[in-house]
Amino acid sequence: MVNLSIRALTRQQANTTNDCADPTRVMAVENLSAGYNSHRALHAVSFDLHAGERVGIVGPNGAGKSTLFKAIVGLLPHQGSISIQGATCYQSHTMVGYVPQHESIDWNFPVNVWDVVMMGRARQIGYILPPRQRDRIAVRRALERVGMWNLRKRQIGELSGGQRRRVFVGRALAQQASVLMLDEPFSGVDAGAEEDIFQVLDVLRAEGVAVLLATHNLVQAATHYDKLMFLNDGHMLAYGAPADVYTPELLGATFGDRIALWREGDQYVVVPDKPCHDHDHEHGHS
Amino acid sequence: MLKHGWMVLIYSFDRLILEPLGYPLLERSIEAAMLVGIVSGVLGTFIVVRGMAFFGDALAHAILPGVAFIYQRSNGKTDDLFWGGLAAGIASALGIGFLTRHERIKEDTAIGVVFATMFALGIAMISRIDNYAGDLSHILFGQILGVSEADLRLILIFSVIVLAVVALFFKEFMIISFDPTLAQTLRLPTELFRMLLLVLIAVTIVVSLQTVGIALMVALLVTPAATANLMTRRLLPMMLVSALIGVSSSIFGFYISYHEDIATGPAIVLSATAIFVFVFAEQQIIHTLAQVSQVWRSTRSTRAAPSTEKS
Repeated sequence: MVNLSIRALTRQQANTTNDCADPTRVMAVENLSAGYNSHRALHAVSFDLHAGERVGIVGPNGAGKSTLFKAIVGLLPHQGSISIQGATCYQSHTMVGYVPQHESIDWNFPVNVWDVVMMGRARQIGYILPPRQRDRIAVRRALERVGMWNLRKRQIGELSGGQRRRVFVGRALAQQASVLMLDEPFSGVDAGAEEDIFQVLDVLRAEGVAVLLATHNLVQAATHYDKLMFLNDGHMLAYGAPADVYTPELLGATFGDRIALWREGDQYVVVPDKPCHDHDHEHGHS
Repeated sequence: MLKHGWMVLIYSFDRLILEPLGYPLLERSIEAAMLVGIVSGVLGTFIVVRGMAFFGDALAHAILPGVAFIYQRSNGKTDDLFWGGLAAGIASALGIGFLTRHERIKEDTAIGVVFATMFALGIAMISRIDNYAGDLSHILFGQILGVSEADLRLILIFSVIVLAVVALFFKEFMIISFDPTLAQTLRLPTELFRMLLLVLIAVTIVVSLQTVGIALMVALLVTPAATANLMTRRLLPMMLVSALIGVSSSIFGFYISYHEDIATGPAIVLSATAIFVFVFAEQQIIHTLAQVSQVWRSTRSTRAAPSTEKS
């Protein structure tokens, strides 16, 4: 019941920062479907997201995790409604931060950490104008909170994978997004860096930023998130607290019979029936 | 003796540097070349960081039919060539931009198709003119000595416009170049800025046309920026250094061309390449020296420990 107290805390915070009808709800998604032409990658997904909540989205590759993110951000054509900060307080542009899986970024690009985080301020700065004092303060604060202030002058390509992720999370912080979406932030990141990212996520939670995070790691998902969403084949199979959704039926429906999971006291144990089940999905379409 | 030395220096400065500027034609040429060096250095930065060298080369070639059309109409008068080139360049840039808007056609494929078509069209048009070889070579390889007062004015105006637009939307161009996904997440008009950048590149190419010509254009766009990329680690410094190298190449090239009687376009391009090679070699040498000294230091420290009785 740790959840409850955090929820209460964030509710207080949210109350002071906005005056929506339901102050804790930062995003409401209803009947969201998305995909290209004939190929639907997402079918009628609905859920609510509250301030400070951390939601893990699990499912095999190709389940529609990235599609969900892209639809919410507006990168994909979609049907259904997405309202951010309640319908009454919809301020699109900067409300959603998105940290995709960075295959497409050119890491040799001549920008340093400071520049990348400042990009998140583009909307607040506005066209033509240069950054103002408040933008520099926001960038500095964001960099300090993700622990990258000392490395602000490094070129982005000189950083490790985990550090790069933190910079991009910092950019979303500078953007002052109320919802942050992270697509597989732990892929290709070592255990230490993973811990660092979770520390940053704790900071986000304390600030009332809701986090949607796509992950493969079922063991971690059981313990590190307030809620879990199970996706398979574009359908949302479950959405709720880990204790409620970790049932053999739901897991079986999401991952097939490739996986077994049980609980030993506080610990969850996941056993893939086939070796390297992650690998099986690695080349699936997403 | 010392006085004599100074005399020689002043005399040779006079002869090497100032003499060519005595001719209004040459003075105009070097002014045009310097403007071109700045503007192509600045725009070249985006070409290098976005990996658009092929696009730049293609766009330069795609200008040919526009130039050829005006050339045919005006019976060899060069005054309106600029506008023909500008129209063809912007049309091609938008055409390629439109074709590559979706992932349906790969960007380099689309560029290849448009580029070859336009170039072939241009050559076909020019080949109908009698004695076309000479005219063609001016367009292909530049003829900076043909820069008229009116040309220089156009080069100046359009250079200022291009630089002003880059300065105004620097932030947005940086974002769409580094991370287009962020641009879309922030609901910036990503497509609009992409097209605007393509148009700016087209204008830059047309502005530079008389200096180096179509065939060597890509060098002017890529080489100074590539050199600057070796020397800097942020976009704005890279842009400034690139412009500086562009201007230097133009000035060196111009004087080499004057004194050694070499065509100006190639002389400018070769100067730019020389600067690139110099910077690249210098960095390689520094890098190697650093490695060697590191290896040397580490072997000495590992040897020092067990062999205390020997030394």
